[in-house]
Amino acid sequence: MSVTISSERIAEQFARLRASGRRALVPYVTAGHPSPDETLALLSGLEDAGADVIEVGVPFSDPMADGPIIQASSQQALAAGMTFDGVLDTVSRAKLGVPIVLFTYLNPLLAAGRDALTRAAEAGVHGVLVTDLPVGADAEREQWLGDGPLAFIRLVAPTTPQARMAEISQHGSGFVYLISRLGVTGVRETLPPDLPATVRRLRQSTQLPICVGFGVSRPEQARAVAELADGVVVGSAIVRAAGESVESAVTLAASLRAAIDTVSP
Amino acid sequence: MPAHDLTIPPATTGRFGVFGGRYVPETLIPALDELERAYDTARADPTFEADVEHLLSTYVGRPSPLSDAPRLSEHVGTRVWLKREDLNHTGAHKINNTVGQVLLARRMGKKRIIAETGAGQHGVATATVCARFGLECVVYMGEEDMRRQALNVWRMRLLSATVVPVTSGTRTLKDATSEAIRDWVASVVDSHYVIGSVVGPAPYPRMVRDFQSIIGREAREQMLAQAGALPTTVIACVGGGSNAIGVFHAFIDDPAVQLVGVEAAGEGLDTEHHAASLSRGTPGVLHGTLSYLLQDAAGQVHPAHSISAGLDYPGVGPEHAYLKDIGRATYVAVTDHDALEGFKLLSRLEGIVPALESAHAVSWLAAQRGRWRADDSVLVCVSGRGDKDVAQVSEMGILAP
Ligand SMILES: Cc1ncc(COP(=O)(O)O)c(C=O)c1O
Repeated sequence: MSVTISSERIAEQFARLRASGRRALVPYVTAGHPSPDETLALLSGLEDAGADVIEVGVPFSDPMADGPIIQASSQQALAAGMTFDGVLDTVSRAKLGVPIVLFTYLNPLLAAGRDALTRAAEAGVHGVLVTDLPVGADAEREQWLGDGPLAFIRLVAPTTPQARMAEISQHGSGFVYLISRLGVTGVRETLPPDLPATVRRLRQSTQLPICVGFGVSRPEQARAVAELADGVVVGSAIVRAAGESVESAVTLAASLRAAIDTVSP
Repeated sequence: MPAHDLTIPPATTGRFGVFGGRYVPETLIPALDELERAYDTARADPTFEADVEHLLSTYVGRPSPLSDAPRLSEHVGTRVWLKREDLNHTGAHKINNTVGQVLLARRMGKKRIIAETGAGQHGVATATVCARFGLECVVYMGEEDMRRQALNVWRMRLLSATVVPVTSGTRTLKDATSEAIRDWVASVVDSHYVIGSVVGPAPYPRMVRDFQSIIGREAREQMLAQAGALPTTVIACVGGGSNAIGVFHAFIDDPAVQLVGVEAAGEGLDTEHHAASLSRGTPGVLHGTLSYLLQDAAGQVHPAHSISAGLDYPGVGPEHAYLKDIGRATYVAVTDHDALEGFKLLSRLEGIVPALESAHAVSWLAAQRGRWRADDSVLVCVSGRGDKDVAQVSEMGILAP
């Protein structure tokens, strides 16, 4: 697989969605949770339920940006023997039509070696997002990711000043991931009141599509986010449902899809 | 599989050689920038320095004494000097850092203080200074450590801190630190996170070192005044590394002074159960910093083990990683078993019951008879007192009184 094809798949997907006036549904799953086989079933179920991009979490022993649900799923996946190459194997066996983004902490990615990004591209991964590698943290490693075969998706937080938002966008590709609120991943009852203003600030700083995540769990919330952004990331709620059964996660994804599609172009 | 060359220095500040850095979620970056600015401004402000000194002398009880140790000296065959951080208010060196950081948090207008704790000493020190200034204090502590250090849990609650049990992962310091960071990511606007050692993202390793370097500055002067010479060797235990860097720092530019950090070898360095990140770890990223780390080949962090909760951490401060790589300091390790011997030895020979953490340094020293000449002098940092450990050790039933 050539270098451009992997990284550009995400941009193409958003261009297509934009052309048809739709917003992206971006579910997150922890690879290996509840079990490696169920992850496989979950990935195709989510695609069938209308996911546009899927984030696949590489489990890490110390996920400091994650709340209890994703922490527990990571521990369970590690206990079941999931590894970086196990994640890639799952992705390649799933043979999905939608782009895949790896969601990882830096340490397991570094341990996977300098050719980890190439191996990921070969397995059918299109983008990578590193929770604990903010812009400017490590020029060497950021260059490795920026020059690699995958889209390098960067995060923006509600605390990020406007000038830094622009800097972050310049150093990323694919889309920008806007963290909706202060805090870790989890299921929350409401959206933060300042979200529309934060999205507006970010829009002024970037041409890239904006996906919003952290705390989005219910269809009404997904709909409200879809009014503002180009994509809606749903993590903990999907993982919690997957812990019950693959079907309940797929059912949740279908209801999120339906809610997002009520937003007019 | 080609590995990353982690020896290439990344072109960013906040590094000790290649180690250190700021590997944190984006949400925390503006807060770390703010902290760094506030700290550098405070450092340049004589009133801040005066505020810190005032509390250290009138509240903590500094300077801490340098004790000669005649019977231990005879046992080891050289002159031994003890830097008595055990005599500080709250019983350990931890309060040197807490005083500095809480005063800084006040200058920054933060109303709420978060801390993690292992042995409970840092939690107690933080709760103490928060009580002194009427600040809300939340301490994260692993469930396993709450059991081992029940007395300190009670003390923190008496001081009106909220102690939050951490039930994830290993239920020790590593997971308490992750949980404190998670709190901070959510509360960063009004809360300050007081990290208890020279770990975490920049500027913490540098800032905590600066606050702890009072140990070495005093000890250097005291050695010159009382022993008439600089020590041949300086010895300190290493968990995250704050008492060690604190006592080492004033001697770094004295090339003749050897610096020895003593890690916890737990059940032995060749077992899976130890906390010797410098002796047996490999470079990796945990809790925002690049340093030596106990981890498996897949980059998953390996749980640490030590009889002493304060050393039970799989990482270590990045400046120690640097001092190790450039050869300026040497790192050794002492088992649980030998640390208990050190605990007993200092109690019996000098009438000083050390913390189990500090007992690692004592034990290494005691095993080195013949290493030094009779007229050499060795400085040991007694980082804390052993009151907190008496219940745990007596329950083990191995040290008949
Ligand atoms: C008495 C004492 N010594 C040493 C330590 C280890 O920490 P550090 O290596 O940062 O000095 C602790 C930590 O709790 C402690 O309580």
